Amino acid sequence: MKPIIRVEGLSKQYRLGARREANATLRETIYGALGSPLKRLRRAGGADDDTVWALKDVSFEVRPGEVLGVIGRNGAGKSTLLKILSRVTEPTAGRAELYGRVGSLLEVGTGFHPELSGRENIYLNGSILGMRRAEIENKFDEIVAFSEIEKFIDTPVKRYSSGMYMRLAFAVAAHLEPEILLVDEVLAVGDAAFQKKCLGKMGDVAREGRTVLFVSHNLGSLLNLCPRAIMFSGGQKVADGPTGEVISEYISGGGATAGERLWDDPATAPGNDKVRLRAVRIVSGGEVSSDVDIQKETRVEIDFWNLKPDARITVGIHLLDKMGSGVLSSANMHSANLVRDEWFDRPHPVGLYRTACTLPGNFLNEGVYYINAVLLTNVIDIEVIVNEAVSFNVHESGGMRKEYGGYWLGVVRPKLAWQSEQLEPAVEAAPAGGAL
Amino acid sequence: MAMTTGDSAGTLGSTASAATARNAPPPHSLPDEPLFIIQPSKSWAALDVRALWDYRELLYFLMWRDVKVRYKQTALGVVWVVMQPLLTTLVLTAFLGRFVGSASEGIPYPLFVYVGMLPWTFFTGAVTSSSNSLVNNSHLITKVYFPRLLIPVSAVAARLLDFAVSFVVLVAMMAYYGVGVTRAVLMLPVLVLLVTLLALGVGMATSALNVRYRDVGVVMPLLLQLWMFASPVVYPVGALPEGWRRLYSLNPLVGVIEGFRSALVGRSFDWEALGVAAAVTAALLGVAAFSFRRMETYFADIV
Repeated sequence: MKPIIRVEGLSKQYRLGARREANATLRETIYGALGSPLKRLRRAGGADDDTVWALKDVSFEVRPGEVLGVIGRNGAGKSTLLKILSRVTEPTAGRAELYGRVGSLLEVGTGFHPELSGRENIYLNGSILGMRRAEIENKFDEIVAFSEIEKFIDTPVKRYSSGMYMRLAFAVAAHLEPEILLVDEVLAVGDAAFQKKCLGKMGDVAREGRTVLFVSHNLGSLLNLCPRAIMFSGGQKVADGPTGEVISEYISGGGATAGERLWDDPATAPGNDKVRLRAVRIVSGGEVSSDVDIQKETRVEIDFWNLKPDARITVGIHLLDKMGSGVLSSANMHSANLVRDEWFDRPHPVGLYRTACTLPGNFLNEGVYYINAVLLTNVIDIEVIVNEAVSFNVHESGGMRKEYGGYWLGVVRPKLAWQSEQLEPAVEAAPAGGAL
Repeated sequence: MAMTTGDSAGTLGSTASAATARNAPPPHSLPDEPLFIIQPSKSWAALDVRALWDYRELLYFLMWRDVKVRYKQTALGVVWVVMQPLLTTLVLTAFLGRFVGSASEGIPYPLFVYVGMLPWTFFTGAVTSSSNSLVNNSHLITKVYFPRLLIPVSAVAARLLDFAVSFVVLVAMMAYYGVGVTRAVLMLPVLVLLVTLLALGVGMATSALNVRYRDVGVVMPLLLQLWMFASPVVYPVGALPEGWRRLYSLNPLVGVIEGFRSALVGRSFDWEALGVAAAVTAALLGVAAFSFRRMETYFADIV
């Protein structure tokens, strides 16, 4: 079948510091021009290291009616792809052909003005998103009903709660009807009930036979909505196939796999002039490894440099499941510690330290987990937080497979204390009509 | 009719979307040629005027937003539109009227100044708001596609309403001074168009430059102030030495402002100055359009 989107060799190059340059003053530009011959001389021979490829030679096709998921870590090029396809920015090289009208939802509530009423913003926002005036008029009642804010439709949106604002914004966006819809992470809005409604609406859109490109970090909703997904890493397309397969590749391959993340240089390691992170690693059975036996203890080790004499340092972790939901958080403070850590909140002389935390065996369920490493001073001031610093995979080793071989529901799978006893030796039927 | 209304109001997602599904073209009816081809643009490409026409509804809504928001936030709203040129006229009359009054060529000085203030207030307001327009709408530029030109154009167009309102005061003033309307007033639409295009030319160029160099936004008020003194707003052209007039009328506002006076308070037109103004405006608009087209490709990346 003929594709509705054909992307060939699409590339986008950004100049590093282009952001800073945006606010450059004439003075800086003039000085820059004066200084640049020198700079060019110094860089002579070397590669042009001032640029970065946000997207590099990406090609794929999407068939009409297909709902394509786009996966990748931050900075992998997903958003750049959507920005190019929605014509917000131009590619540096390559070509894309679109055989249908495109609607893009890179953000909900684009162009909402706080001073204008809900009614006025529906028209303004709808028009910005590419709806015709007549189209907005036709769908106006539907949009208002979907947003559940009938009573406040003539109130300026600056008086809305953030939930109401988001609901109205999504309601307008949800009623776009282009042949191709580009969606970026906009479902993470509102309360749980409204999120469910949004996802339902996305499902409707998919079933209507429209073509959707859907960028999200929420692997669960990707799995539900998209039969096929493509994965990006470092600006390149690295996987393309059934969503389930791509997701498992993302989980196993895309992350920090070695079981250890190491920063060698105390000048550039994550942190500030007080503390810097040196390493985060997973140790299981005495070895550094990202593969962990479900029955064995897992040690999470955090190495850090203290750069300021007598800083009082606290070390903590967040443990996240593969969907990015929090499983637990913990720190080495005494009241949260099974044993005792003498270094907790004690003045640390300058130096390199290691703090370790032990997760018990028979605790986490099978699957992938992430560790965020957190360094604090004075117990509560966060100095460093590195999200998804390491990931590890908990593997079944048969400890709980003797009687039942299937899937145990849940994020944790601890062994709990179970006991049964007989209460009465015989069972007497209740007398009929006893309620009278 | 009543049926359909009831229908669409009663159904949220399912029925409405089923209807869409029915109306949706079958997949095999894709157009042979792509609707859009995305590729790096040629730097010499012409400004896409057709896209502007396609997006005329958005132009209207952006203009409507600018007007509405400006009036909503102020208690006196539209009164301010009239106050600005009116108060300036009063102040100028009080301080300058005595010196320049004799040279205002037979027109009562307050009327002379107000007729000059009309196009000037519009011009300076339009240029100021359009030169800041792209920066102020950066949240739109980085999230949605539409012809970027709509933004400065709508900023200029939104000021046309103010322009129209300040004419009401002019009519009152003309009645007060007993100045009648002549056939020359037929030139007025041409002059309004000319000053609008001039403001657009300047606004387009400065708005694009302002994206990269925020200095432009800072320096514009100063430049506009200087420009006012270089234009016959508070004094007549006749106050200038003969030898300088040719150079002076290269400023397109000279032809425009004098033209307004000719059209409204019945002096003979200086066709040569008007011709120069039109030519300079056309050239400026051409250069602005070209440079805007070149610069708009990176707005979203650096704004």
